[in-house]
Amino acid sequence: MGLEEHLGNNVLTTTLEKLVDWGRKNSLWPCTFGLACCAIEMIVTAANRFDIARFGMEAFRASPRQADLMIVAGTVTKKMVPAVVRIYEQMTEPKWVIAMGACASSGGIFDSYAVVQGIDLYLPVDVYVPGCPPRPEGLLYGILKLHEQILKDPFLTKQYRERVQARQEAA
Amino acid sequence: MSAAVEKVQAQFPDEIVEIYEFRGDTTIIIKPEKIVEICTLLRDDRETSFRYLSSVAAVDYLPASPRFAVVYHLYSHRYKNRVALKAFLEDDAYPSIHSVVPVWSAANWHERECYDLMGIQFRGHPDLRRILTPAECEAYFPLRKEIPVRGL
Repeated sequence: MGLEEHLGNNVLTTTLEKLVDWGRKNSLWPCTFGLACCAIEMIVTAANRFDIARFGMEAFRASPRQADLMIVAGTVTKKMVPAVVRIYEQMTEPKWVIAMGACASSGGIFDSYAVVQGIDLYLPVDVYVPGCPPRPEGLLYGILKLHEQILKDPFLTKQYRERVQARQEAA
Repeated sequence: MSAAVEKVQAQFPDEIVEIYEFRGDTTIIIKPEKIVEICTLLRDDRETSFRYLSSVAAVDYLPASPRFAVVYHLYSHRYKNRVALKAFLEDDAYPSIHSVVPVWSAANWHERECYDLMGIQFRGHPDLRRILTPAECEAYFPLRKEIPVRGL
């Protein structure tokens, strides 16, 4: 059952980076945390009809220290920003952010003194999911896009290149 | 005419500016100076018995002057009726009125909200500070008409 069925008694060659990226992609744990109506759609995404567990994401972690994906689901008010940023900072590296819905992406219809005009003013957003609120399919599509991004994440090559460059500069 | 109007007319004839009714709801426009006395009367008199303050709100009538008005919505559980008191504040730059917290303690947070969003000073309020906007919010009152919708 599973991987050994396909591999048999063979040797598989790959790079560490690809293996780690693949592992990260398939066990992305979101933080349990919703701000407005988008949170309801996020909950539905986790429930059986849409079943986020298919992507290794069924564990919505209540503690940011065990989560590596933050789905900013809903309107972020200026009063809420300190809490959101704090949760993001408490998450361990590596971590990703999805801005779910029009409000988290751009402030949405709330062009007001009380609402943040896009959470990307405070957090590095990887994927924006449009919609008001986006349907669960939309969120899942955004998550799959993030998976693609993570699969191509050159975190080791980048480190290696930087080290080589530093050595060359020193020499 | 409701009992509230009769009582206020009898006791504070000089304080009444206007009385009008709209679809069964009575509004009494009064001068701001004796707001505490009028409220105490309406609360304590057995024929009015407005023991419940449902809201304190402020209105900005820019560019009119007087610019600010404070509206009190009262409810009587005994007679199951309502009355609105409205007072226009003379000073457009520093609008202020006496606090009604001594009459209804429910006024505490309502008046703080009025101060927070509209900048009405409630004299004698026990703890007049911002209640809704973040603490680090700049010193402006976001619901005033001259403030852009998006804030400053």
